[in-house]
Amino acid sequence: MNHLIVAPILLPLATAALMLLLGEGRRGLKAGFNLLSTAAGLAIAVALLLGVAGREAPAAFGVYLPGNWPVPFGIVLVADRLSALMAVLTGCVGLASLLFALARWQHAGAYFHVLFQLQLMGLYGAFLTADLFNLFVFFEVLLAASYGLLLHGGGGARVRAGLHYIAVNLVASLLFLIGVAVLYGVTGTLNMADIAQKLPAVPASDRGLLHAGAAILAIAFLAKAGLWPLNFWLPQAYAAASAPAAAVFAILTKVGVYAVLRLWTLCFPADAGASAGFGGGVLVWGGIVTLAFGALGMLASQQLARLAGYSVIASSGTLVATIGFAAPALSGGALFYLASSTLAGCAMFLLVELLERARQVEVGPQQIDDGQHALPAFLDAEPPAGTNLDDNEEALTGRAIPAALAFLGVAFTLSAMVTSGLPPLSGFVAKLAMLTALLERHGAAAWALFGLIILSGLFAAIALMRVGIRHFWTTQDRPSPRLRVIETLPIAGLLAAAVALVLQGEVVLGYTRATAESLQAPGLYIDAVMGARPVARSAP
Amino acid sequence: MEVVISIAIGVMASAGVWLVLRPRTFQVLIGLSLLSYAVNLFIFSVGSLAVNREPIVQPGLAADLATYSDPLPQSLVLTAIVIGFATTALFLVVLLALRGLSGGDHVDGQEEQL
Repeated sequence: MNHLIVAPILLPLATAALMLLLGEGRRGLKAGFNLLSTAAGLAIAVALLLGVAGREAPAAFGVYLPGNWPVPFGIVLVADRLSALMAVLTGCVGLASLLFALARWQHAGAYFHVLFQLQLMGLYGAFLTADLFNLFVFFEVLLAASYGLLLHGGGGARVRAGLHYIAVNLVASLLFLIGVAVLYGVTGTLNMADIAQKLPAVPASDRGLLHAGAAILAIAFLAKAGLWPLNFWLPQAYAAASAPAAAVFAILTKVGVYAVLRLWTLCFPADAGASAGFGGGVLVWGGIVTLAFGALGMLASQQLARLAGYSVIASSGTLVATIGFAAPALSGGALFYLASSTLAGCAMFLLVELLERARQVEVGPQQIDDGQHALPAFLDAEPPAGTNLDDNEEALTGRAIPAALAFLGVAFTLSAMVTSGLPPLSGFVAKLAMLTALLERHGAAAWALFGLIILSGLFAAIALMRVGIRHFWTTQDRPSPRLRVIETLPIAGLLAAAVALVLQGEVVLGYTRATAESLQAPGLYIDAVMGARPVARSAP
Repeated sequence: MEVVISIAIGVMASAGVWLVLRPRTFQVLIGLSLLSYAVNLFIFSVGSLAVNREPIVQPGLAADLATYSDPLPQSLVLTAIVIGFATTALFLVVLLALRGLSGGDHVDGQEEQL
């Protein structure tokens, strides 16, 4: 039963290896394998989530020892509420992006499916591992795959943005290594739970070194999360990436946020003695500045792709700031916001391409030849005989709205509502939960965040409304874009998930609150990991 | 020995940082390589700097860093070298692609407008 925890890592790895053996051709077969593996990964993640939801510790922690070594020495995988939530989000985002890519993007490169599976493997691994160096390895796996996915499709803009992205991430990885090495030098262990356990006993003479190491490690994570001023690479890279790659990248920044949340709550809780709450102020104010930067960036963006990139920055800022307060009620709302903003960000990046395609219809011929799979256009249908015609021989009853345009409009409106936090969708519930929790805090930082969360929602609404007007209202006689059904499916699914988050709001909020509470009590996590025993070998 | 190692790490790291901040792609690549050498040496030195000490506990001697050398940082360095090598190679490919696409070696794909 416990073997399920390692399955989300092994399954994509095995699938990727198998697809490499198939060579460069056989696209259909590879697409089938990829789809099967991604869907199975999502199913496993949901099973993991159901396995830990509603359980009390220690049953709420699934601990797995991959090498069957005793605990502080071998690598440990842990599926707790936070990991399971992130894994489910990874599965959702992965499945949606893959479905979208099946229409067109999978043909743009020979190794798309392999890279995609390795990307998922890195993401699942980073969320499940409980070993600091293993976290580095999974970070590298997911980054290496993301370099490939960013360049997928080729072209000057992608290569230029890719070069910056790779350089920034290589430097961040080196900082990651320095931080890990210092923490190892101070505590003598790489197991996260063991590090947290040994931190209070670190002598005062080593505490400066410990704090320096933790800060360097945090810089590496925050650069990946897109914290200001470490995020100037992000809008260019995300805008240059192909739509399915950018949609997967919507969760990449959340990996940095996850790592900060996990390690900071584990290592520096309120009862950590001299190190209690180390760096909390930096997280809060850094997050606030990032949120302001992201909101202003959204307002200043001309392209929808860059706007979506800045919205990712704004959501990262909100999350990092709420982590720094170390308040369970606030973190509970923030985790709900994390789920909601990841789904909305993914849908937004997928919509970018369809909207751009709708715009290009005016200037060029239809690029996609998709025959029977397209939604009906209704566009050039002759008015039925006997209809009243006006002076210009146009039907007075008006034309039907083309189905594709109607779908794009509704999907864009819904995802804009989730992104900017307008009622009644999930963004609103998340922001309401965070604002309610913030009212109970006092001090300048809490009020600044309170005001900025509301203000950034307004900025997002204005910026998205402007884009909506430009794409849907100001053009009268634009021919309808042609969409494939398989391209609309993932967007509809993601938005349906956002609606489901609202309909099941009480259940989901209960889950995220329980997650936040168990994060604030790291003793349970430490006990669960340190209490794990290797499987005894049966006598021959 | 500590002094020699720390001077080596410092020189490589500072040269690496300076090169990474340069506008030419090849300089950035060399800078990243130098930085990764510095970091690898740093990880290595975190274990314990010792000559002639085996990375394994000897029977009869206490399992103390005074009697053996910590093998874990060495294995971490090995992993870091492999990963760093692969990503540097990837960076080199992107560098060449950018050179082919833009015709220059500026990191932004075009020379700065002065």
